[in-house]
Amino acid sequence: MTIQAPEPLLTPVYQYPESLTHVPTHYCPGCTHGIAHRLIAEVIDEMGVRQDTIGVASVGCSVFSYRYFATDFAQAAHGRAPAMATGVKRANPDKLVFTYQGDGDLASIGAAEILHAAVRGENITVFFVNNAIYGMTGGQMAPTTLEGQKTTSSPAGRDAATTGAPLRMSELLAQVDGAAYVVRRSLHDVVQIRRAKKAIRRALEVQRQGLGFAMVELLSSCPTNWGLAPDAALAFIRDEMVPVFPLGDLKVPDEPAAGAPA
Amino acid sequence: MSVELLKGNVAFAEAAVRAGCEAYFGYPITPQTEALEHMAKRMPELGRVFVQAESEVAAINMVYGAAAAGMRTMTSSSSPGVSLMMEGLSYMAGSEVPAVLVDVMRGGPGLGNIAPAQSDYLQMVKGGGHGDYKMIVLAPATVQEMIDLTLLAFDLADRYRIVSVLLADGSMGQMMEGAELPPMKPLAERPAWALTGARDRDTNLVSSIHLDPEEEETFNLHLQAKYAEIEANEVRFEEHLLDDARVAVVAFGTAARVAKTAIAGLRAEGVAAGLLRPITLWPYPEAALRDLAARVDALLVVEMNAGQMVEDVRRIVEGRVPVRFYGRTGGVMPMPEEIADAIRETASAGAASGAPADTAAGGSDAPAQEVPA
Amino acid sequence: MKGTVKVDESLCKGCALCIPVCPKGLLRVANERFNARGVHPAELDDPAELCTGCEMCAIACPEAAITVFRAVKA
Repeated sequence: MTIQAPEPLLTPVYQYPESLTHVPTHYCPGCTHGIAHRLIAEVIDEMGVRQDTIGVASVGCSVFSYRYFATDFAQAAHGRAPAMATGVKRANPDKLVFTYQGDGDLASIGAAEILHAAVRGENITVFFVNNAIYGMTGGQMAPTTLEGQKTTSSPAGRDAATTGAPLRMSELLAQVDGAAYVVRRSLHDVVQIRRAKKAIRRALEVQRQGLGFAMVELLSSCPTNWGLAPDAALAFIRDEMVPVFPLGDLKVPDEPAAGAPA
Repeated sequence: MSVELLKGNVAFAEAAVRAGCEAYFGYPITPQTEALEHMAKRMPELGRVFVQAESEVAAINMVYGAAAAGMRTMTSSSSPGVSLMMEGLSYMAGSEVPAVLVDVMRGGPGLGNIAPAQSDYLQMVKGGGHGDYKMIVLAPATVQEMIDLTLLAFDLADRYRIVSVLLADGSMGQMMEGAELPPMKPLAERPAWALTGARDRDTNLVSSIHLDPEEEETFNLHLQAKYAEIEANEVRFEEHLLDDARVAVVAFGTAARVAKTAIAGLRAEGVAAGLLRPITLWPYPEAALRDLAARVDALLVVEMNAGQMVEDVRRIVEGRVPVRFYGRTGGVMPMPEEIADAIRETASAGAASGAPADTAAGGSDAPAQEVPA
Repeated sequence: MKGTVKVDESLCKGCALCIPVCPKGLLRVANERFNARGVHPAELDDPAELCTGCEMCAIACPEAAITVFRAVKA
């Protein structure tokens, strides 16, 4: 499907990515999962690797991500996407393999699988969508839920004394030797979204260069389960999540010196 | 090729290499660890994939990934580790990817011990994981069969896009016997459905999700039709001295080996005993068992568990003849004399056309006790 | 005309995240009508042709529903 230019002199400068299917997403209005999908698809388009990319979907709201990417896809068990991606990548070392996981999947039930994928320096790219809540099951507390944040399983607000404090996975994984690239970005405004896209590109380039495990954590909104309008949800990321999950580069490989042999 | 002295665990691992297994993922657990160690050396020297996973949960999901990518792949473990793999096995059944699992069973439940047992029969044959699914379950009784059935397991897995299980007990894994390895097979091409990157083709999806109930049922009916085809085509069993038998033992794996020794002794005494040894535990040799039940006075099921396969035998025999059970649990191996005693008691019960009853042992030196059914 | 945008209304969920990011305030929610999803879609309201095709709205859109056009330099 191509959108026709209104005038012959106008040329499309931004259009629907080829690496997205034309299946409308199941995400709620204003949910930034859609932005994460779009950015990944744009990067795959720009790198020209759609036919050489294999995605691994997880369980949670991202369970249907396989429907939306126009690449080969696997659908993994809850938390096991890094293990499944390990098998896919070892069987296809010349392909780009990425997982797309939420915080319940990656930081809770899949904590062991993500940690050891990083420990092995598994040459995969992980897109970690952190919205501080279990979205698909209706808004329960996640390991990344903020202190005091009300969820359906922490109705009085998350109490650190009994449920712990938010788990910062990027900080945890960045100190693993096998991790080559670990950064945290946010999807709460246009500037941050642009930065997130650059990080997604870099994370896939790291894999293409065979440098090891790469992960981009994306702070993301869940308007429905946070009980906020879409714009207020973006403000919640900026005002409440970013202070707990600081944005930045936690681990970045050295840039090859200009003119140095590859 | 020539006969060499091989340990069961090494034999099946090398057989997998020669069957063209390109990726092995595993986690150490006794009594199968020699297989993982063999693969740790062999796979890299052949340029193939070996990964020691962080857990059996991860190992089976790595197998799932490599299988989804269309590689011949496998894992091996022992009972507690296999329990952890149930999630992955259900997903693999739900997405129809082929792979091989070797379960070298040990005593349980729980951590149990590292001695040989057959108490994963129900877990493997009846599913273990969630959902209506089957795995092809092959039960070797010699080191040679550890090899031959491993090759068969890969072929059947690929042919039916199913998980094949080599269900061996700890003694099969640890035993050394003369056996002959096959020549190295060429590596297989990746199948058209595999995840290899959508280059010049439509995208492929490997998934077990069917959110629409009607669609999920259609998929289930497809699976059941496939299972029916396997039941029709892939039954394997051994008949031993059954032509004139009045009493027959039904046993698999090591229990069947010990039963053969007991039967040899009884034959020398003039007792007409024989053995039906299922080689495929699923699909089960139902027709052969039904036919046997019509010819003998009684059946004795011998297992190294508290009575698992006997449930299938009774279901299939439908009360035509008395079915007795003799089992040892917890990693204790039955001795030929114990089995011979149980066969004698079964033969006399069969001659008297008594009601089906169990025979259970309290200890190695305790006489077999009759327990009302 | 420097640029313009087109909203694919079949994709629009009416989240309105595109509205505040437009530097010229040219996008609005069409409150007087519904799209096939039953939501009020976003639409461009640019009678004075002020849109520059800056892409901000497309970047903010979770549905990749906005196509951006810019005038080619002659």
